[in-house]
Amino acid sequence: MYAQMVKTAGAGVKSPDEMTDQERAFQARIDAGEKIEPKDWMPDDYRATLIRQMGQHAHSEVVGQLPEGNWITRAPTLERKAILLAKVQDEAGHGLYLYSAAETLGESRDELIRLLHEGKMKYSSIFNYPTLNWADIGAVGWLVDGAAIVNQVALQRTSYGPYSRAMVRICKEESFHARQGYAIMMKMAFGTPAQKAMAQDALNRMWYPCLMMFGPSDKDSVHSEQSMAWKIKIGTNDELRQKYVDQTIPQIEYLGLECPDKNLTWNEDRGHYDFSEPDWSEFFAVIKGNGPCNKERLAARQDAWNNGAWVRDGLLAHGRKKAARQMAAE
Amino acid sequence: MSNEWPLWEIFIRGQHGMSHRHVGSLHAPDADMAVKNARDVYTRRNEGVSIWVVEAAKITASDPGDKDAFYEPSASKIYRHPTFFDIPDEVGSM
Repeated sequence: MYAQMVKTAGAGVKSPDEMTDQERAFQARIDAGEKIEPKDWMPDDYRATLIRQMGQHAHSEVVGQLPEGNWITRAPTLERKAILLAKVQDEAGHGLYLYSAAETLGESRDELIRLLHEGKMKYSSIFNYPTLNWADIGAVGWLVDGAAIVNQVALQRTSYGPYSRAMVRICKEESFHARQGYAIMMKMAFGTPAQKAMAQDALNRMWYPCLMMFGPSDKDSVHSEQSMAWKIKIGTNDELRQKYVDQTIPQIEYLGLECPDKNLTWNEDRGHYDFSEPDWSEFFAVIKGNGPCNKERLAARQDAWNNGAWVRDGLLAHGRKKAARQMAAE
Repeated sequence: MSNEWPLWEIFIRGQHGMSHRHVGSLHAPDADMAVKNARDVYTRRNEGVSIWVVEAAKITASDPGDKDAFYEPSASKIYRHPTFFDIPDEVGSM
């Protein structure tokens, strides 16, 4: 999930009796499956939670460019390089769709970026892991984007119109990402023994961090209920994680690779795979800023922002000068 | 004065004789750059052959709070729809 542990504003789910007329009418619209649009009335806590969640989602798209961008210059062929470049460009686009959608709630993009750079907003834990070799680029496209798709397909049904529309658009582009990753994995898994070993190693390292993308186990997930009632969150962390495992295992088997979870078994009664939980202490450490690449990622974002300031300012000054000249001529 | 680039609303016309449709928004320092950025953000997969950009601040919109009263004249005139009239089958399609 690209938004993890988003703190829901407010004191929890209110019963209809506790709601004001406006809040009751608002909840009724959501229950009826109507979309909430930017200028509609909405509770302050709904707005605040959405800004937090969409902001974090947007930041994840943008920071998510870094681990893959790392390999653009070292892609093994020109074709792979062009594909990876297009994929990373999509991520930039996804960030922009989401920032625009968040801005309809009254928070500016620059402000969201400032909060990220000051460490006051987060991005997905997964992007704090390194991409050590080319097999990791295959694993990221296949497993990380695969996990994002599970979450984002569900979020297409979210109650906030602009968020839902951004998700529809993103999902269409996202399956290219997963497929190009899986294509890299197929090439390696069916290649030389050394290539296959690299593919297995990438899977081993990515597996648990990908399971962490869905956020903590439901029993430790305190914020969900209100966000679910508002249809900001669709599906619990554990439900989405289960869905992801169920769809990914056959893909691993096709590659002839092994899931690093030795406890993984098909549960006939449940109709799902049983699997081991990731090490949650690692997850909380990464979220707190102590993952392998947290400092590097944030520094790269800050540098890009600060070093680009003169370009942004120059273009804006030029734009204003042109507009003033045009106004004078009219 | 804020140094944030202004917001532009983006409208794209697809290839199949449709009208321009709102697809989203983006920030750009001026209209020319808004068109170029819109090309990169909203037409990476042949989504369009024509782009309009409008500065978001210049758009005037109807008030969602008034929507019941504002659209009432339309809701109460069901005879504007062809299905209001029963035409006998013998007449054929009309």
